[in-house]
Amino acid sequence: MSESTVVNAALGSAPAHGRPESAEDAAEHTGGRIASVLSYLRARPGLVAAVIWIVLLVLAALAPTLFTGTDPLESVALPRTAPSAAHVFGTDDIGRDLFARVVHGTRLSLGAAALAIAIGVVVGTVLGLLAGYLGGWVDAAVMRMVDVLLSIPAILLALALVVALGFGTVNVAIAVGLTSIAGNARILRSEVLRVRNSTYVEAARAGGARPVRVLVRHVLPNSITPLLALIALDFSSAILAISSLSFLGYGAPPPTPEWGALVSGGRDFLASAWWMTTLPGLVIALTVLAGNRLSRAFTGEGTLR
Amino acid sequence: MSNEQGSGLARYVLGRLAQAAFVLWAAYTLSFLILWSLPGNIIANITGGQATDLTKEQISKIESTWGLDDPLWLRYLNSLGRALHGDFGISFATQQPVSRLVAQSIPPTVAIAGLGFLFALVFGVGIALAATRARWRWLSGLLLALPPLGVAIPSFWLGLLLIQFFSFAIPIFPSTGNDGFVSAVLPAITLAVPTSALIAQLLASGLQQALAQPYADTARAKGASASRVQLRHAFRNAVLPALTVSGLVVGGLLAGSVVTETVFSRNGIGRVTASAVSAQDVPVVQAVVVFASVVFVLVNLIVDLVYPLLDPRIVTVRRRRLPVTPIPEGV
Repeated sequence: MSESTVVNAALGSAPAHGRPESAEDAAEHTGGRIASVLSYLRARPGLVAAVIWIVLLVLAALAPTLFTGTDPLESVALPRTAPSAAHVFGTDDIGRDLFARVVHGTRLSLGAAALAIAIGVVVGTVLGLLAGYLGGWVDAAVMRMVDVLLSIPAILLALALVVALGFGTVNVAIAVGLTSIAGNARILRSEVLRVRNSTYVEAARAGGARPVRVLVRHVLPNSITPLLALIALDFSSAILAISSLSFLGYGAPPPTPEWGALVSGGRDFLASAWWMTTLPGLVIALTVLAGNRLSRAFTGEGTLR
Repeated sequence: MSNEQGSGLARYVLGRLAQAAFVLWAAYTLSFLILWSLPGNIIANITGGQATDLTKEQISKIESTWGLDDPLWLRYLNSLGRALHGDFGISFATQQPVSRLVAQSIPPTVAIAGLGFLFALVFGVGIALAATRARWRWLSGLLLALPPLGVAIPSFWLGLLLIQFFSFAIPIFPSTGNDGFVSAVLPAITLAVPTSALIAQLLASGLQQALAQPYADTARAKGASASRVQLRHAFRNAVLPALTVSGLVVGGLLAGSVVTETVFSRNGIGRVTASAVSAQDVPVVQAVVVFASVVFVLVNLIVDLVYPLLDPRIVTVRRRRLPVTPIPEGV
């Protein structure tokens, strides 16, 4: 086997970075790309539904009035009115529109998840990169710390942090974010090791590329999908953890609508008003499912062919 | 067993014991630092949130009563020494010894966690076996879609749905309470769903890999039936990797008890935790965190020590570790 075939084979296994040579080539390339994206999506209705759901949630968080004109804090009908065309999610124990409360709660619940992800991903990435890249005692120290953090069940660690920080949505989000650091650092570290030891990085180095070029042109493009997968997975677990803590009563004080607290608000009316727990809980479950589906698209089956 | 193998095993066992002791010490230290390093906060917790109304003398009296006037490192060493003797201090909220409070709350939690573990094992293994065995693609697809669903459902919501269906719509099980087996069924199912999802996911992928191995083909070629290949050959190899998540499973059951016992108004360590957090009862919260860490570390230690008996490669492979990047020959 000659040296050039080895390098070519190595480069072939990495995503193509080469530019198309002519304008026609480019047009054909984009046309083919759109067609392949469409056929990729047509084969995955679940993924399409997940993307649509997330887009709707983001819209509801940014502009809740697009979805409902009803005030989430005002009584608008009789208490515990069953779902109907006027009130699609029914009303709660003091006659507030439950759909309006869920829609207006999106900003708080999604915002808290975003804060948790920001903390968990940024700190986790930095620690994982340091451990994987520097190796040696830094690696050993970071990974021992990760082992310790992972020995405490996530929800209990988050509860201890909530006791130290105090109650409220922001503190709950910080606690959940801090809790996710250890797992993220471990995943990022193995990702760094995988990329650092890959054949295409070796080939680029052997070809005389400077470290910065290797990092920007080769390591970064190949690390983006795993990172997106991690963010999607963190989103799901953050939504679950934050809504659990808010269900237990450590989040925003009433009457602020927050998804987990809405479910908890219906606990005393399970027999007479099923919608008060079932419908907000369904929104949480669908959101977690959508995040997990996105994460799966980024990991296993994420490559466009 | 040769002498060399024996010393390898001894080194392996000692290494695992040292690691377990280190993790426990570090978990204790971490929880101490998180919970005790904010002194103003602590006094507010002891008095129930009225620290601002107190005079200087009252604050210093509280500090000396609870030993808070010592520097943090001294309090840490004292509390670590006491914790080694099983003394986790006095609860702020109930004024009772924390160790007794936690010890009393363990049996009811073990009841639902044990039953939940049983359910999780039956469902997890059942789903994995059925999914890898199903003749129809749609059926195995359907079964494999269950675990992702199981991990996505918030357990507080699942518990409330179970109460709606099986306590109110069709009254079979009581919605709350601590009396007997019947009251433990719904909480156990709530705990079992995410756990069985984890087991099913791991086992199904392990079985799929094992069934694709040459030894499975060999067994088939020698005329073994499909169920014999699956159960005798593939299952034994797929179960080993699944054992390594035992700590995660047991820790998950313990952590899940916080939400589950709240939903079903049951006594237990989860309920004690939830009310301790609400009251910001720092000693109780710390004891629960350390207890969970002890359980996790012990389960992992047992798995680590049993593993070499089931799979002798684990000891020998560690000594003959491959270089990180094997250099391909002929380049």
